[in-house]
Amino acid sequence: MIVPFLWMITTSLKSYGESMQVPPTILPKEWRIENYSNVFEAVDFLKYYINTIILTLGRTIGQLILCSLAAFAFARLNFPGKNVLFILMLSVLMVPAQVILIPNYATLTQLGWIDTFAALIVPGIFSAYGTFLLRQFFMGIPKELDEAAKIDGCSYFGIYWRIILPNSTPALTALGIFTILAAWNDFLWPLVMTNSESMRVLSVGISTFSGQYSTDYPLLMAGAVLSTIPMLLMFIFLQKHLLAGIALGGVRR
Amino acid sequence: MTKKSPETVARKKRRRFNREAIAAYLFIAPTMLGLFMFYIFPAIASFALSFTRWNGISTPEFVGLENLIKLFTDSSFLRSIINTAVFTFVSVPFTVIIAILIAVMLNQKIKGIVFYRTLYFLPVVTMPVAVGMVWKWLYNTDYGLINYVLGMLHLPQPSWLFDPKISLLSVIIVYIWMSVGNNIILILAGLQGIEKSYYEAAEIDGASRFRKFFSITLPLLTPTIFFVFITGMISSLQVFDLLFVMIGNSTALLEPLRTIVYGVYESGFKYGEMGIASAQAFILFVAILLMTIIQFIFQKKWVYYDS
Repeated sequence: MIVPFLWMITTSLKSYGESMQVPPTILPKEWRIENYSNVFEAVDFLKYYINTIILTLGRTIGQLILCSLAAFAFARLNFPGKNVLFILMLSVLMVPAQVILIPNYATLTQLGWIDTFAALIVPGIFSAYGTFLLRQFFMGIPKELDEAAKIDGCSYFGIYWRIILPNSTPALTALGIFTILAAWNDFLWPLVMTNSESMRVLSVGISTFSGQYSTDYPLLMAGAVLSTIPMLLMFIFLQKHLLAGIALGGVRR
Repeated sequence: MTKKSPETVARKKRRRFNREAIAAYLFIAPTMLGLFMFYIFPAIASFALSFTRWNGISTPEFVGLENLIKLFTDSSFLRSIINTAVFTFVSVPFTVIIAILIAVMLNQKIKGIVFYRTLYFLPVVTMPVAVGMVWKWLYNTDYGLINYVLGMLHLPQPSWLFDPKISLLSVIIVYIWMSVGNNIILILAGLQGIEKSYYEAAEIDGASRFRKFFSITLPLLTPTIFFVFITGMISSLQVFDLLFVMIGNSTALLEPLRTIVYGVYESGFKYGEMGIASAQAFILFVAILLMTIIQFIFQKKWVYYDS
């Protein structure tokens, strides 16, 4: 199970010549930590990193705000057309990402967003999955809490802000983790919607490594390790929340 | 004391209702508009575009069923359908069976359970592009670790990705490796939901471990298995990153590994044939929908809901 990871790390520390040795060495004969700094020189890896962080933060913060607002209305308020809109929203869950790719490419071209952060972030802040997940959780918060706040003269936004959100940390954490993971690893969307090197994200960046440096596996592995580390750290530190979140939401997106 | 007339009450109620409705619309507006613009409208547009010839810039030109006819007489597309089907029908059952076995083992009170869970879950959080890179390197015929170990054991050393007979299977193995962890977690959650009293009753009757697994654990786990099956199938039909990296720039690998999703990318963004790409995307959508419906119909036959 873990061998591919270990192989990734040991290869990333070997010299180019050693990586091509037959038979392969298990541990590097000389530990070449400079492979890691070389990644930053060979391509603009720092830029990829920053782009990925901006994309991930933008989508995650956006989703947490917009999904929780919509989920609150679906869970707590009455309005004409509620059921129709809810079903419409659920139907979005069934549409695969590849189906919407081409019309969205046209839309983003029209908007002049191709190759900008707007293209990477904005379409990703709307989520039927996130709204549904939070709505299910909000439904479980006792209604008496809202009633009490309403008597105290709380507005609808007040109920959302002071009652619902503070009582939903597990669900918000779960959605946050899922969104971070999905945004960080997203590949097809940034591949299609950006084309200049200055807009490249990590996933697209390391996939182009193999084209430019088809044989330099140590460098490539160093890039792979570097782009995976933040998610591994998140996993190790937030493990409990992540597992609880999966049990809660069920699906990985 | 003044008595309120029924009309005032009604008006007041209506006003409050209106205020509530207005607030609600404001709450849902951003998400609903966004979903409409970037999901619902594109899904409909994609269907319409399937019947056009379009390079993405000019006005789409209606061509009727031409794209579909072209696709279904194109051996590459038919190949991609077969590959996608093989990928899904091999990877999903294996992933689920392996996940059940590991989850049952992990569900016991053993030392270092957190360590094992982390171990199995690591591939799930790893960037799929990185996973593809590492495995491509592991599979390397000359310098790869796998063939080196096989050689030491005097076992045959297949060319993995470069043997067209087994290249798809090689990718399936990687996919199973990277997705089994997710299923293990879900099944573990399902296992923990099974009431202990069933096992206690079975123990009094002297049931063996084997018997307990097949008569209690497995039937009560079927709702979870059903869920894992459906979601696993949907995501395996859409795998792209892994294949994209594995194929790389190699034309030799393209044909044995191409899937419908790869075809969408290739037609649309390599050749600029957006109409054909939309048609393929739509065929994929219909396939996913049909598979999900079929699963829901057949679930009555094997899924056991404890009421």
